[in-house]
Amino acid sequence: MEFFWCPAFRTHGIFLARCGLSGIAHFNVCSFWQRMLKCLFSAGKEIFHAIVFNMLQQELIPHLFRTEFRKIAAVLCKTFGMEHIETAEDIAGAAFLAALETWSYKGIPENPVAWLYTVAKNKAKNHLNRDKLFAAKIAKDMAQGAAVTEVTEIDLSEQNINDSQLQMLFAVCHPSIPAEAQVGLALRILCGFGIEEIAVAFLTNKETINKRLYRAKEKLRQEKVVIEFPGEGVIGERLSSVLTTLYLLFSEGYYSESNDLVLREELCREAMRLTLLLLQNDLTNLPDVNALYALMCFHASRFTARKNEQGEIVLYNDQNESLWNYDLIARGAYHLHLASHGSQLTKYHLEAGIAYWHTIKADTKEKWENILQLYNRLLQVAYSPVAALNRTYALSKARNKETAIEEAEKLKLTGNHFYFVLLGELHSGRDRETAKKYFEQALMLAKTKTDKQTIAAKIALL
Amino acid sequence: MDEYVLIFRHEDGSKVASPEQIQVWMQQTMDWIGGIAAQNKFISGTGLPFADARVVRHNSVVTNGPFGDVKETIGGFIIVKADSVDEAVGFAKGCPVLQGEGNSVEVRKIAKNDGVH
Repeated sequence: MEFFWCPAFRTHGIFLARCGLSGIAHFNVCSFWQRMLKCLFSAGKEIFHAIVFNMLQQELIPHLFRTEFRKIAAVLCKTFGMEHIETAEDIAGAAFLAALETWSYKGIPENPVAWLYTVAKNKAKNHLNRDKLFAAKIAKDMAQGAAVTEVTEIDLSEQNINDSQLQMLFAVCHPSIPAEAQVGLALRILCGFGIEEIAVAFLTNKETINKRLYRAKEKLRQEKVVIEFPGEGVIGERLSSVLTTLYLLFSEGYYSESNDLVLREELCREAMRLTLLLLQNDLTNLPDVNALYALMCFHASRFTARKNEQGEIVLYNDQNESLWNYDLIARGAYHLHLASHGSQLTKYHLEAGIAYWHTIKADTKEKWENILQLYNRLLQVAYSPVAALNRTYALSKARNKETAIEEAEKLKLTGNHFYFVLLGELHSGRDRETAKKYFEQALMLAKTKTDKQTIAAKIALL
Repeated sequence: MDEYVLIFRHEDGSKVASPEQIQVWMQQTMDWIGGIAAQNKFISGTGLPFADARVVRHNSVVTNGPFGDVKETIGGFIIVKADSVDEAVGFAKGCPVLQGEGNSVEVRKIAKNDGVH
C-alpha cells in the first residue's frame, strides 16, 4: 500500500482512499489496479487510454469526488436511513469506480455529474430491488416508510441534496456520540474524506478512526437517531452541538500539528461550507451561526500569511498583511454584523470580535483595550488555557508588562510550553536573563519541530 | 474545591462619582474578574443596580431601597471557586470596590447541598 502514498500518486491515493477502498474496503486495491492496467494495455490503444486514464485518475475524478461524493452519500443516507449508512457510502463510492472504468474506454460523458447521479441512482435502485431480503429490511426501516415494491425515487435535485446534507449534519452531530467522533463522521459522510486522511488530520492511525466511526454509527443506530431536521423545541440545543462540531472541525484544520497543508486548508474550507449550509436555511440562520461563520472568515483570511514557503508558522506580528485575504475579512465583518442582532452573546461572538480586531494590524490603545475586554468576557463564558494566555498578553499591551507578569504568575499553567513563551515574552526587553530562562523552559516542553524553531528564534533575538 | 460568594458593599457610585470615573471602575472590575476567570476560578456574578431597589419588611411594608442611613449597600457579587477561604480572600483583596474607604467585600462560603449545611 505504500505505493499509493508516494507523492506522485498522492491525488490518486486520496481518491481510492476516499472511495473507502483503503478503509472499510473488501477490495484488493493493488490487484484492482494491476487488472485495470492489464485491461488497458491489452486493448491495443495503450497510449490513448493511458492518457485518458491518467487524466481521469489524477484530476477529473478526484475533483468530482471532492464535490459530488458527499452529495450522493447524504441523499442515499437520507433515503436508506441511519441503519444503512455503510450501504449508502458503498454505493456512492461504487459510482465513482464505475466512472473510472467506463470513462477510460468510452470517453468522458458530456455531463459527468449527471452521469454519476444516474449511475448512483441505478445502483441504489438495483441494490434495493436485487436482494429481496435486504430490500425487505430496508423497507422496514426506511425513513419515509415507502414500500420497496414500488421503485423508490432517488431524488438528486439540488434542493434535496441541500436538505439531506443539512439533516445529516444534525444526525451526525447528535449529542449521544463524543465530539471527536462527530467530527470524524462529518468528515467522512458530509465532506467525503477518506479514513486515511481523517487519521492524518487527527494524528492517529486508520484503525483508531475506523473503530471510532464504527462505534459512532452503532450508537446512532441504537439511539434510533432519525435523519431529519430537528423540531422547533429542540433546535437550539441540537444546533449548539452542531456548532461545536463545526468549530472543532475548523480548529482541527487551523491549529492541527499535521504537516499536510492542503488537507488542513480543506478541513477549514469544509467547516465553512457546512456552516454556510446552516446560514442558507431560515431556521438555522441565527446570530450564533453568523458569529461562528464570521470567526472562521477572519481566521481563514490569514491562512496564506501564517505559513512561509518552508511551511513554518509565521507569527502574527511578522505576517505580511498584503497576503491577508481582504474579501474574507469583509465577509466576516458582514456576518459579525448579522450576528449582533438579538441579545445573545456566545463564545463565538466574543471570539469573532477578537478575531476582527486582529484583522487590524496597527497597534492602537483602542485595539488592545477591546481585545482585553473581549477576553475578559470570553474567559467568564468559556475558560481555556489558550484564552487565559492570550488574555494576559492583551493585558500587557493594554496596560503594561508589570501588570501582565503579575497576572501571568497566577495562571500556573506550568505544563504548557506557551505559558513559558508568554513569560519569556513579557520579560524580554526588561530582564534578558529571566526571559532566556523562561524561553529555555518553553523549549524543553515544546513537542513539535515548528514550535521549537519558533522558540529558538526568540532566544537568538534576545 | 469550595465555592465562595464575594459580596461588594459600597455607596451608590452615581451619587459620588462622574460617569468617566464610573467607566474607569467598570474597566477595573472587568480586569479583576477577567484575572480570576483566567485562573479558571470564576463561576458567575452580577452587578445589582441601585435604581428600582425595594426592601420588603415584616407585615409587607415596602420601602425604597435599603439605603437611607446605610452607606454600604450591596452593589453586586461574584461567585468563585477556591481551595480555601484564604484563597477566596486573596481574590477579594483585588476588588476595585476596596479603593473606597468604608467599602467592603464580604467573603462567604456557599452551602453545598450535602445535608450538612
